[in-house]
Amino acid sequence: MKKLKILNLKKAQSLATAHSIKLSEDTLDQKERANGFFQEVGDMALFIKQIFKETFSRNFEFKEFLRQCYEIGNKSLPLIIITGTIMGLVLTIQSRPAMAKFGAVTMLPGMVAVSLIREIGPIITALICAGKIGSGMGAELGSMKVTEQIDAMEVSATNPIRYLVVTRVLAATLMLPILVLFADAFGFIGSWIGVNIKGDVSLVLYIFQAFGSITFLDFFPALVKTFLFGAVIGIVGCYKGFTAGRGTESVGKAANAAVVLSSLLIIIVDMIAVQITDMLS
Amino acid sequence: MKNSQETNTDTISEEKYTSEVLIDIKNLKKSFGRLEVLKDISLKLRNGENLVVLGKSGSGKSVLIKCIVRLLNPDGGSINLLGKEVNSIKGKELSEIREKIGFLFQSGALYDSMTVKQNLEFPLVRIKKDLKEAEINKKINEVLENVGLADVLEKMPSELSGGMRKRISLARSIILDPVIMLYDEPTTGLDPVTSDEISELINSVQKKYKTSSIIITHDIACVRITADRIIMLHEGHVYAEGTLAEFEASDDPLIMSFFK
Repeated sequence: MKKLKILNLKKAQSLATAHSIKLSEDTLDQKERANGFFQEVGDMALFIKQIFKETFSRNFEFKEFLRQCYEIGNKSLPLIIITGTIMGLVLTIQSRPAMAKFGAVTMLPGMVAVSLIREIGPIITALICAGKIGSGMGAELGSMKVTEQIDAMEVSATNPIRYLVVTRVLAATLMLPILVLFADAFGFIGSWIGVNIKGDVSLVLYIFQAFGSITFLDFFPALVKTFLFGAVIGIVGCYKGFTAGRGTESVGKAANAAVVLSSLLIIIVDMIAVQITDMLS
Repeated sequence: MKNSQETNTDTISEEKYTSEVLIDIKNLKKSFGRLEVLKDISLKLRNGENLVVLGKSGSGKSVLIKCIVRLLNPDGGSINLLGKEVNSIKGKELSEIREKIGFLFQSGALYDSMTVKQNLEFPLVRIKKDLKEAEINKKINEVLENVGLADVLEKMPSELSGGMRKRISLARSIILDPVIMLYDEPTTGLDPVTSDEISELINSVQKKYKTSSIIITHDIACVRITADRIIMLHEGHVYAEGTLAEFEASDDPLIMSFFK
């Protein structure tokens, strides 16, 4: 009996030790994860600081900047046009029954225009660009990192942040508002088609009704936030590509992380921008 | 053959190179997390010589030359490169010293999105900004001729064979007339015939451009063609140092495993 008690005590002690080791390991894991998160935030802050520093330095890579504007702007345009048109069409078709209930079908162009300009145009375009441009940047720079092309650039006395990152971030920041304008414009066309499915409104009348509902306060804050969306896509895409690990697997991870993080940040920036706009108006 | 403590190289013929030291590394240390890759490395590169750094995979050979050009920051020790302490310079001064060094990467590191011509003119137009287009084209043709390639100017890197990519990469490294060439496993992934051609090309570049070179390799055929002096790295230290003849005559099991 006495022996059994000792055995039980030993068993309890060993269980307690194992449990305590597991707790310590869990604590260490959590600590490492927390450290990793704060380290990444710090690294990204330093990366943004470097971008600002190189943006205003001499020897700006203008030719590469124009090439990136073409890559980002021109090559994303067909996708944005198609999406914008469908966005306007679907929004109109979906909103019509609700508007009809209140006998406000004539207000449909105005309602769709305000929705497109203030929110749907910028956010949908930004999310599509996060997928297309952000993943492209993450994969391209990640691949350049893995195949030592970024190192080669650095060794040839060319600053890779200035050549690769600044040009891409500025191009994305500048091109996204333009793409949003295209998305809005084609959204109006889609909406006009939607209105005409069950009605008969001329394009001129539609545009008159739509633009009659939009004020400067609808348009300006939305335009400002699209610059921020562009900057977020550029910075996150380049950061994830630039900090990709070694091996081809990390290229895929960089592209994926670029899309996920930039999409999340776009939604957060949008939420903040909406709050600020609401306070100001 | 000298052991790790003796870095004197007086056994080597003085005919080919002078006693001027271009790279002087003392007690270099580099770790990645808990993994100590370079524990205590000291070596010298003299003017005009081909120094081969030999060692098993993971022995820190590539880390060593990346520390020389500050692609990696060492944890300790000093690297004196062309009279300047690499660890204490930055910005423009670091760029200026990098202009004097050619670096051939293991993968070639050609820019995928650019043609061969754009790859070659990339360092040239950024560093020698006063060059006219005719002069740039002349320089490009000259380096292409020196690496034995022509008619590839408008091709993309993906259209080239492994050996051709290495040659173009070498041409890009020498286009700024470097003083020192650093080769990171120049023959890895190539067939024996092409490997020998690249090794001969290293010697030919050295003669034409009067460069001094550090060649990182574990390819003994390349060592036999290029080496004036050999340093073997093992477990983060300089394990052995000497000439090719001394290494081939060694009865040390680790050295023999390379040269058998």
